[in-house]
Amino acid sequence: MSTVFAALAPDSSLVAILYIVSFSLFIFGIKLGTHPTSARRGNGVAAIGMAVAVITTLCLKGVGNWGIIIAGILVGTIVGAVASKRVKMTEMPQMVALYNGLGGGAIALIAWSEYRHWVHLGDAISSKQASDSLIVQLEHLSVVISKANFSISASVPLEVMIPTLLAMVIGSISFWGSNVAFGKLQEIIPSQPLALPGQKIINGALLLLLIAGGIYLGVNNGLTDLNQPVFVLMLVVAGLLGLGVVMPIGGADMPVVISLLNAFTGLSAAAAGIALDNTALIVAGTLVGSSGTILTLEMATAMNRSVANILFAGFGSPAAGGGGDQEQRPYRSMNAQDAAIQLAYADSVVIVPGYGLAVAQAQHAVKEMADELNKKGVTVNYAIHPVAGRMPGHMNVLLAEADVPYDQLKEMDEINPELPQTDVCVVIGANDVTNPAAKTDESSPIYGMPIIEVDEAQQVLVLKRSMSAGFAGIDNDLFYNEKTSMVFGDAKGTVQEIVTELGNL
Amino acid sequence: MNLVTEITILVLAVFVGFEVISKVPTTLHTPLMSQTNAIHGIVLLGGLIVVGYSSDFLGQLIGFIAIVFGTINIVGGFMVTDRMLEMFGPKKKKPAPSADDSPEDGK
Repeated sequence: MSTVFAALAPDSSLVAILYIVSFSLFIFGIKLGTHPTSARRGNGVAAIGMAVAVITTLCLKGVGNWGIIIAGILVGTIVGAVASKRVKMTEMPQMVALYNGLGGGAIALIAWSEYRHWVHLGDAISSKQASDSLIVQLEHLSVVISKANFSISASVPLEVMIPTLLAMVIGSISFWGSNVAFGKLQEIIPSQPLALPGQKIINGALLLLLIAGGIYLGVNNGLTDLNQPVFVLMLVVAGLLGLGVVMPIGGADMPVVISLLNAFTGLSAAAAGIALDNTALIVAGTLVGSSGTILTLEMATAMNRSVANILFAGFGSPAAGGGGDQEQRPYRSMNAQDAAIQLAYADSVVIVPGYGLAVAQAQHAVKEMADELNKKGVTVNYAIHPVAGRMPGHMNVLLAEADVPYDQLKEMDEINPELPQTDVCVVIGANDVTNPAAKTDESSPIYGMPIIEVDEAQQVLVLKRSMSAGFAGIDNDLFYNEKTSMVFGDAKGTVQEIVTELGNL
Repeated sequence: MNLVTEITILVLAVFVGFEVISKVPTTLHTPLMSQTNAIHGIVLLGGLIVVGYSSDFLGQLIGFIAIVFGTINIVGGFMVTDRMLEMFGPKKKKPAPSADDSPEDGK
């Protein structure tokens, strides 16, 4: 550790050790998160790690402007606490998107602050202020200064400049992208894909601009020729790129988008950590980056599409013709009473939930239905498709809220072999993830996507508002299958009716 | 600290991250995401550091916003994760749908 560092942070070894404690607690916390029973404790452990990191940082020499710090922490705590108490479980995807965006925004702002700091230093040098004042400023630099070697060259070292720019660009993309994702999930912005004509070309141009700006600032890194307008321009361009990339992505692809943005924010935090020489930031950011990456890849695999395809192909645009024939085909519909009878006489029932269940807030009603069926000796399980809902694990959280034991939640690969022996499959608010066209119709846009093979079950009940196509805009052959009966109506209302009917049987 | 050390830390953290996180079951993916979300709120540290050397109004404003964002991210993230995990926790006692678990409670 350099002497400058030691001079700026007297207890630097202690600080380093406390940061190590902090990120060890993060890792341990996530490790506890691998099992439902210990996960809550794990979250607490990670929170303690965070407290250690924050308190340590507050003790660093050079941390000042206490009024701002206290006010900021106070406001943030109140807003964060109130929001997290009020949010409904069904709104979790947009909540995560929003928090993710805030993190990204904070990183972009910190990077800007960091850059402005260098610019001010440059101004001080170029205006030939007395070296005294420069020294005063140096003392306020805290960790950053350890990187720069002013006696040799008065420039921002590339090992600071590059991570600063990366943190700013990725953070800004993440901020605006996450806000769009939030808007779409909250339905402030239409969840359909929205794109300007030539959006891909525009995005490409924005990306080129960012690269050009980065090279320009990388070359002009002398303290006296730092160019703040270029930096701010890049901040704005990165924001536009974030908007331009997420706007054209539709609601059903949100699990992938949210995971990816999560990974982005993590990476930008790690980059900021390198710029600020802060190990806690580097490790924590990288952990988040890994988790986001793993989830992104898992979601993409579950849709049988590459991440690039999800981001750049306007999936679900009106052009999707799929199977082609548009004429009305016959289907069977059934009322809640008949559905209840069919369910009551089954031995085994599998419930397939989708986003419609979240929209209708039907999770508690579904649990009641399962309880009624259990009382009649019917085995009930739930089949969870990896991309059901709007974020990874969305359905699991909703059903957990309704007290469904998690061992009744079966993953796709686990439940598919059991479906042929299942008497009744109840599809609630799910569509594309049950569409047999994914297995049989090579011309279908979702061909190759692993599905829950509902059509293998003996009988199928589909709870749905109408016959309209799913998000992907493709007709679902399942609805016209002779085993299938449609039960029209709001998912929650229909399920409640079925519960009442089951009680009367 | 030199760049090579930092990159070493970063690379090792990638491996640790992949190792630990790939063991998280699908059921817990939403809480995992929300918890890692809270963890990247650690950028608050960056905000605390940079606000210390901001002397002009714009710099202080940027620092203030960064601190607010970071704090919301941390506090909100951990609290909401806790709320979610609370629902997963205590249900270990009824492993199979037994016939007599009828007691209906409000929530």
